[in-house]
Amino acid sequence: MNVPFNKAGQSLEADAPHSLVAHFGAAQPLKMDAGVLLSPLTIAYQTYGTLNAQKSNAILICHALTGDQHVANTHPVTGKPGWWEIMVGPGRPVDTDRYFVISSNVVGGCMGTTGPSSLNPATGRAYGLDLPVVTIKDMVRAQAMLIDHLGIDTLCCVVGGSMGGMQVLQWAASYPERVFAAMPIATAARHSSQNIAFHEVGRQAIMADPDWCKGRYLDEARNPTKGLAVARMAAHITYMSDEALQRKFGRKLQDRLAPTFSFDADFQIENYLRHQGSAFVDRFDANSYLYVTRACDYFDLAADYEGSLALAFKGSKTRFCVVSFNSDWLYPTAASRAIVHALNAGGASVSFVDIETERGHDAFLLDVPDFIATTRGFLDAAARARGLPPGATGAGRERLA
Amino acid sequence: MSKPAPKRVGEILSRDGRLDLLLVADMVEPHSRVLDVGCGDGSLLRLLSEERGVDARGIELSQKGVNDCVSKGLSVIQGDADTDLADYPDDAFDYVILTQTLQATRHPRKVLEHMLRIGRHAIVSFPNFGHWRIRYQIAARGRMPITGNLSFAWYETPNIHFCTIRDFVGLVDEIGARIERGVAIDRSGKPLQLNLPWWVWNLFGEQGVFRLTRMKP
Repeated sequence: MNVPFNKAGQSLEADAPHSLVAHFGAAQPLKMDAGVLLSPLTIAYQTYGTLNAQKSNAILICHALTGDQHVANTHPVTGKPGWWEIMVGPGRPVDTDRYFVISSNVVGGCMGTTGPSSLNPATGRAYGLDLPVVTIKDMVRAQAMLIDHLGIDTLCCVVGGSMGGMQVLQWAASYPERVFAAMPIATAARHSSQNIAFHEVGRQAIMADPDWCKGRYLDEARNPTKGLAVARMAAHITYMSDEALQRKFGRKLQDRLAPTFSFDADFQIENYLRHQGSAFVDRFDANSYLYVTRACDYFDLAADYEGSLALAFKGSKTRFCVVSFNSDWLYPTAASRAIVHALNAGGASVSFVDIETERGHDAFLLDVPDFIATTRGFLDAAARARGLPPGATGAGRERLA
Repeated sequence: MSKPAPKRVGEILSRDGRLDLLLVADMVEPHSRVLDVGCGDGSLLRLLSEERGVDARGIELSQKGVNDCVSKGLSVIQGDADTDLADYPDDAFDYVILTQTLQATRHPRKVLEHMLRIGRHAIVSFPNFGHWRIRYQIAARGRMPITGNLSFAWYETPNIHFCTIRDFVGLVDEIGARIERGVAIDRSGKPLQLNLPWWVWNLFGEQGVFRLTRMKP
């Protein structure tokens, strides 16, 4: 297990990631919504499988808020399996024997793509808050630069959940001719007031930590881990449903028979959240958390289309499959239905499945058989329509996932 | 209308032998835009898109049905005829189809009105509650009818709004729609002759299949 920060507090993965990297120099700046040209730009990415001769079998996976490019390989910092190995791999729905799978760390992230913990060549220290505020559209523009760099014209499919789903929607709106199929999962076309509110709690927790040092903690060899952990704890609650929490933890006590009349973690749920918080700070950068949450908050796809989401997808030839989970209260089914209505009104080809599960927003990362079957079916059908040969894996391996 | 069905049609529809679907398919112009409400496992959608070049979309309530459809590459939305048709824009489709579902909706009249708003034509198939076999069961046995077509006991049936062919025609009049085509099929699935009077259809038709359009286009 590697430590993400060296003794000077510099982030290792940010500047020397265990990933492929694409560098874009002064001639290829990233045009950011903030009105700034970001240069140089580094994109850290992973690929799985082989690009076919026609370059028609590429699937781009967009990661969620605190995800990264390590979709289906051991994570270089935590040593844990990739975050979507249940979905991506040989014989899995995103079959790496069949598709060329690409996943890149978002701009503003902390796993090798340019972000607040990356070295700012203009100052010789980390960007910190000198990095312009990043939007979902900026993330997608950078991904498009990477796809160009890989010599791919059209993506067979763009897939992603949560913030990844926002990127999928942005891809379909910004580059309709480059997206053959799109699968936005557990997401919304804009952040609701409640969504923004939860993110603000997280950001305030980070900024209230004295170790945050107004964003310059890397220079001071400090790290606002307490604030970041609290941010994660608050956010983590929103990823789970009330039923699931009740079933898993209820009011069970942690290694004790009675309450201690103190502020220890008496309850299992407290202990669980504390664990989630402390594990998170080992792999994630506090300023990155500010940037990626802000990107979600600013996301309002319809705003660029006279306030009409239908206009964003008008005349789109992309095949869509929108997926929601009925116990997801962070990006509820209604938010997905709004996307579906807009796609319908825009005349796009759309399927929509509301998966029944009690596992809440995080269901998209978990073994939910109906969801996995839907993904497999949709991708198979898209691949057939795109003229890809059938997967070599055959029916016998279907049970794998 | 009596165009011979292509070979694959039998294969696609063989699973549940839904003969009404063939009649419905014959009422659809090739290469048109179709919404099938309550599309089940997508048999009709497949038939229409693969054999008739139709841009076919579906709505289906059951998760299994939606998953089946999506895995066949069909565009299907999980939803409910009673609540979700309201969200579709006017004139979005050439045909909106509802097979064997009208009697299970909460508001058949509203559903029918939405169908005619969303599509230029509506195609509806439904079990005829005026069929002699049903009349006989009520009249002679004094029991709610259970037939091969309507196999549920009264206390567990999803079919809450039965109508006869005459009732349906009455509703069509009431909402200001016009019948473009109508077929009644007998027990063996054969269409009854067109020139027979209404009461014969209402007595011997096990199912009615109608294509409607708005009175004023």
